[in-house]
Amino acid sequence: MIPELGHFGLALAVAFAAAQMILPLWGAQTRDIRLMAAAPALALGQLIALVAAYASLVWSSVIDDFSVLNVAENSHSLKPMLYKISGTWGNHEGSILLWCLILAICGGAVGLFGRNLPSSLRARVIGVLGGTSVGFELFALLTSNPFLRLWPVPEDGRDMNPLLQDPGLAIHPPILYAGYVGFAIPFAFAVAALLEGRIDASWGRWVRPWTLASWSLLTLGIMLGSFWSYYILGWGGYWFWDPVENASLLPWLTGTALLHSAIVVEKREALKTWTVLLAIGTFSLSLSGTFLVRSGILNSVHSFANDPTRGIFILGLLALVIGGSLLLFAIRAPVLSASGLFSPVSREGALVLNNILLCSIAAVVLTGTIYPLFADLLFGAKISVGPPYFNSAVLPLVAPLFLAMSVGPVLSWKRAALGPALLKLWWAALVAAAVGIVAELGFHAGMAALAFAAAAWLVLGSFAEIVQRIRLFRVPLANSVSRLAGLPLSVWGGAVAHAGMGLTIAGIAGMSLAQSTIVAIAPGQTVSLAGYEWTLVDLHDEKGPNFNARVADIRVTRDGEEVGMFHPARHSFTTQTMTVTETAIQSSPIADLYAVLGEEHDGTAVLRLHYNFLAPWIWLGALVMAFGGFLSLIDRRLRVGAPARRAVMVPAE
Amino acid sequence: MTALNRRLVLLLPLGIAGVAGVGLYSMLDRMRSGKFDPRGVPSALVGKKVPNFNLPGQGDGPGFGSADLTLLGRPVLVNFFASWCVPCVAETGVLMALKQAGQPVFGVAYKDKPEATGAFLRRHGNPYVRVGRDAPGRVAIDFGLYGVPETYLIDTGGIVRWRWAGALTTEIVQQELMPMLKQLA
Repeated sequence: MIPELGHFGLALAVAFAAAQMILPLWGAQTRDIRLMAAAPALALGQLIALVAAYASLVWSSVIDDFSVLNVAENSHSLKPMLYKISGTWGNHEGSILLWCLILAICGGAVGLFGRNLPSSLRARVIGVLGGTSVGFELFALLTSNPFLRLWPVPEDGRDMNPLLQDPGLAIHPPILYAGYVGFAIPFAFAVAALLEGRIDASWGRWVRPWTLASWSLLTLGIMLGSFWSYYILGWGGYWFWDPVENASLLPWLTGTALLHSAIVVEKREALKTWTVLLAIGTFSLSLSGTFLVRSGILNSVHSFANDPTRGIFILGLLALVIGGSLLLFAIRAPVLSASGLFSPVSREGALVLNNILLCSIAAVVLTGTIYPLFADLLFGAKISVGPPYFNSAVLPLVAPLFLAMSVGPVLSWKRAALGPALLKLWWAALVAAAVGIVAELGFHAGMAALAFAAAAWLVLGSFAEIVQRIRLFRVPLANSVSRLAGLPLSVWGGAVAHAGMGLTIAGIAGMSLAQSTIVAIAPGQTVSLAGYEWTLVDLHDEKGPNFNARVADIRVTRDGEEVGMFHPARHSFTTQTMTVTETAIQSSPIADLYAVLGEEHDGTAVLRLHYNFLAPWIWLGALVMAFGGFLSLIDRRLRVGAPARRAVMVPAE
Repeated sequence: MTALNRRLVLLLPLGIAGVAGVGLYSMLDRMRSGKFDPRGVPSALVGKKVPNFNLPGQGDGPGFGSADLTLLGRPVLVNFFASWCVPCVAETGVLMALKQAGQPVFGVAYKDKPEATGAFLRRHGNPYVRVGRDAPGRVAIDFGLYGVPETYLIDTGGIVRWRWAGALTTEIVQQELMPMLKQLA
């Protein structure tokens, strides 16, 4: 009964979404106020129907209803409760439903929080979101329905892929999807603006918070994904330039560009056409990335569900959404008039440079991801494009990006002079150079030393704008402090996000100096790595809820003092006959100690031991970046229509 | 920039997306008919002589070596399988059908315990004219095995003519293997 309710909820959502597309768009075209006013209610109706549908899927999984095919294929009665819930989005059908749900949440959010939007713009935005929803909900209903029944009912389920049974991965997809799908809102705003034929500063101000929110979530999602592959796959790496990783990086790169160009639209009413194209492009990349992986075209270690017949449906959908919006762009973009003029050296100019560099990186990554496919299709050549290509092609583009990232925020709008701006950064440049020299003397690794210098430059340079704004050391200190308190949060957000990038770069540079070794030792034996003594104390078996584990106890000491006990393990899952390595990691601000248990031969166990210098900084930096995004987001100035804070008058004494 | 040029520039994104779409469509289309496989790994062995090997037999049965493959006077298949491999179970039906059609198939039990292989053959049927045991996986390395199951077609001169990585299905047998066999006959 419950799964049928979910099935019905999904079908109802399709009906609501169709109405949400047709009525408001038609109303906006014919200036029919009643039809336009129906938009928020329809969006909420669709949202409620999908929440009900998703809740019934979760319910079926929680109560182990194996008569539901999707639950039988992906769940097991012994599976822990957390994974019974997270398992609903750990498979193809459920993740598509989650995707639709988040899209509906976007529509509902515009309906709820968009009261201050002009009614025709709001109607069009919600209409476009409705149109996108129709497509993907039909895809779920017709080709990937999670509510199909199974007869006869099996006694137990087939269990979830053991690699996915991990707390980090339980929350990873919802956050990542929220980031991906969140870009549907800027997309809808862009298409609505093309329909309206008008973009102004207020459009930029509406688009920015939505972009900021999805960008922050996407940053978090990528971070979690990278962290997951670091500790679950047990290869000791954190980024593999795998198609799925690239698929998440591409919208992040163009989304970052969008974030910055929307500022120019908001403040200076320039770059309108370009910003609209970026908004369309970012959502298009989000869509194509995830869905191409599903179709099985992109070959990846991460893809768990794919099928070429579904691919045709997906491709048709993509053609409608992406092709339709780009066609509209080609027809209507000439209507958008640019007004703000600026000289090449200016805040706008720096933001344009940022856009050019970010989009070039995106182009490089996109090429590397799809080139092997097209080479295979056109020339029948099997090519694999690996990390060497990406590293060497991306590096010349990120270097100027990092240089400019600190300079841009201290330039003034419209027209600026480069010399004085650089003078404001002399102290950051000095410290960065010192860091670089010390690193070179300490590690004798040229690239890593340069990267450490870049990291210092970014972290210090990001606060140059704040130093400039509070006129530190140029006015009395008390005066500076009061200026500091009055700084808008969005300035802090930008500085924090830039500094986060610096932390990540430092982590990546540190990881390039990581040390590792593979040894086969018997219990009682000791190896040393990076100044630590690693002693294999014991090997033993343990039993988990749905797996058997082989666990190694490793004592790590440094100069005779115990640093910690490590318990890397191999989990053999009984239902799926698959073995998963459980990495043991101990993090400190300086480094990760990382141990993996391999095969055993004649009483010895193969151990892979890593000393990953500064590794935690990679993810810490990403967290800081996302935090910077959220900080900007709570800036009152970004919230359209939030009542202006009244200045409290303090009576003079 | 003239108005026309500007229009052309604005059409560019649509054009790029269109080309990509057509390319992806033809990939999906060929994937469905089996002509395009992004996961497929080409075999360096196709067109070359089969590597020299000699394998011990399963249980009391005789094993076989590379010389035995050309003794029958007709093209033969060499199928790498293992009892622990799920797709191998899936393809047993197809292999049994090939056996009934009179096509000789040599089986190589890859990294498998003799008892497990025996139980596997008793349970799912034995489609092989002979079964060789490659417990250390050495012969598999010479073949450049990508994984199990994997099937090689060897002609009467001992030349590898075709390879399929993954489970055989009825479609693959009809669309790829049968035309190859007709060509060689």
